Amino acid sequence: MNGTNLFKIALRALANNKMRAFLTMLGIIIGVASVITMIAIGQGAKKSIQDEISGMGSNMIMIHPGGERRGGVRLDASEMQTLKVADYEALREECIFLTGISPNVTASGQLICGNNNYPSSVSGVGTDYIDIRQLNIGKGEMFSETDIRKSAKVCVIGQTIVDNLFPDGTNPIGKIIRLNQVPLKVVGVLEAKGYNSMGMDQDDIVIAPYTTVMKRLLAITYLEGIFASAVSEDMTEYAIDEITEVLRKQHKLKDGEDNDFEIRSQQELSNMLNTTTDLLTTLLACIAGISLLVGGIGIMNIMYVSVTERTREIGLRMSVGARSVDILAQFLIEAVLISITGGVIGVLGGCGASLAVKWLAHWPVYIQPWSVVLSFAVCTVTGVFFGWYPAKKAADLDPIDALRYE
Amino acid sequence: MSKTVIELQGIKREFIVGEETVHALRGVSFSIKEGEFVTIMGSSGSGKSTLLNILGCLDTPTAGEYLLDGIPVRKMTKNKRAVLRNRKIGFVFQNYNLLPKTTAIENVELPLMYNSDVSAAERRERAIASLKAVGLGDRLEHKSNQMSGGQMQRVAIARALVNNPAVILADEATGNLDTRTSFEILVLFQKLHAEGRTIIFVTHNPDIASYSSRNIRLMDGHVVEDTENRNILSAEKTLAGLPLNEDE
Ligand SMILES: Nc1ncnc2c1ncn2[C@@H]1O[C@H](COP(=O)(O)OP(=O)(O)OP(=O)(O)O)[C@@H](O)[C@H]1O
Ligand SMILES: [Mg+2]
Repeated sequence: MNGTNLFKIALRALANNKMRAFLTMLGIIIGVASVITMIAIGQGAKKSIQDEISGMGSNMIMIHPGGERRGGVRLDASEMQTLKVADYEALREECIFLTGISPNVTASGQLICGNNNYPSSVSGVGTDYIDIRQLNIGKGEMFSETDIRKSAKVCVIGQTIVDNLFPDGTNPIGKIIRLNQVPLKVVGVLEAKGYNSMGMDQDDIVIAPYTTVMKRLLAITYLEGIFASAVSEDMTEYAIDEITEVLRKQHKLKDGEDNDFEIRSQQELSNMLNTTTDLLTTLLACIAGISLLVGGIGIMNIMYVSVTERTREIGLRMSVGARSVDILAQFLIEAVLISITGGVIGVLGGCGASLAVKWLAHWPVYIQPWSVVLSFAVCTVTGVFFGWYPAKKAADLDPIDALRYE
Repeated sequence: MSKTVIELQGIKREFIVGEETVHALRGVSFSIKEGEFVTIMGSSGSGKSTLLNILGCLDTPTAGEYLLDGIPVRKMTKNKRAVLRNRKIGFVFQNYNLLPKTTAIENVELPLMYNSDVSAAERRERAIASLKAVGLGDRLEHKSNQMSGGQMQRVAIARALVNNPAVILADEATGNLDTRTSFEILVLFQKLHAEGRTIIFVTHNPDIASYSSRNIRLMDGHVVEDTENRNILSAEKTLAGLPLNEDE
């Protein structure tokens, strides 16, 4: 009949019972707030992992020696030495799906500069390394191909190393630092990157020509790994196939023989982590969804009691001309108003809680607009769904019986 | 002279309770013209309330036809009857039946809330006029629990008037009130009668019959007496003769 009037009637009825309406809402408020917060936390975790992976280079490919690991079998030393500089050079020559490629060897130890020392490690890499890892030179410059050819005793250091070895603020460029008695001249400083989500300091890094690290620091002839980057993220698959082909040829592996190397892509890692975080989000959302359901049942319960309690009122309304649909609409509007108001408060509460988690616990939190829309829609549906039965019961009352109800 | 508002033709109403059939009304026929003030009397269980519910379109007869303002009601759907009640009927109940925690004016506005032809402004205006007509012009914002029984019944009467009904139906409207307040309400009904309204008033009190224009007596579902009262007493005079209550 008249929507505005019915709306007014329902609003009045709720206003007459504010406390009860609020307590009924509480279930919805908590339900919606927890859905939003849980999804925000779940998606926050996902996004921070994604950011990190793309920060590390989302098209990065890592090649390691040793075949595919089968449960618990220890790899012997020779298996760990299958990657050679020749492999790196072959890949560099032949692969068209790669934009950058760099060997990787690592020497750990105490870094010393004057009176200061700091335990760290030096990565022996090629010039492409900074592009692959998406690092930027802040001061000075990257070492050159010539440095690599000459096994020059030069290095580029990260901000943490600067802070620890040059605490008094002197310019590290041109200074000599030592690792295991080998002096390395600092030619560049990397831009600071900060900590990653796993709590690793990305600025605790020293890179030097791989030839220098292999010959002067480690005295080895094999590589610990090769880093490469695919032309694009989509091309990662092709790049992996290409690398596999080149390496098998290099290692003279026959058909049917297992690879004696292992290729991992950042994309693979990111897919895996996405699956995990999505599962986490779904789980959290399910738990929160259950509380929303419980809230809905709360509405049904209260509306049901309210219909019984207000039987005479319903009878009176019918006697002055309210039709069944009017009564049905009134109770439905009441239920929906409760759930929508609860939904609004819940959305605000959920956003507030998410921000609180962000500021207080320093968790990465991303409020998802779709989760707000979704929980809001669910709320309205909840109101209609759980309000329907009591409202129908009210509308089906016989006016005379209702008026006589004690 | 004046037109017929209510016409009952052989109205029967049976209730089936378990195996038994209760004959509440066994063939009631009469008609009521516009402007009549009819009292319906009879012993308890004689079928007065059943009759009134049928007159008020809350209930439908098992047999017979009922014409309200010329409209046959028996075959009407539930919804149509609701609309009919909304436009043509004003109810006054023994226990007032006001909405709790609600002001007088909102209670009176209620029937118009279900009539979309009436704007909010008009609704309020009519409710105020109605409350003034029952002498509660100064109690507009009082809530139901802040009023005496007599005042609550006046609000209920104002609510019955607000839709300008074809007929006002009262079921023992003075049953819960003391003598003095009962007469005050009766004065109000007589005033409405004088204004030309049609009133049907169910009561147990035989004295009230002398203040109405016609008296119908029911017994066991039959009309046993239907007399016109040519010598209508004035409730106002009777009220003046009553001893004053201290608390009024
Ligand atoms: N819903 C019902 N179901 C079964 N029987 C009913 C119902 N309503 C009324 N009756 C029966 O119909 C008869 C008339 O009842 P009604 O309420 O009309 O009496 P009344 O004249 O109003 O009595 P009172 O003066 O006590 O109010 C009674 O015998 C009653 O038991
Ligand atoms: Mg009765």
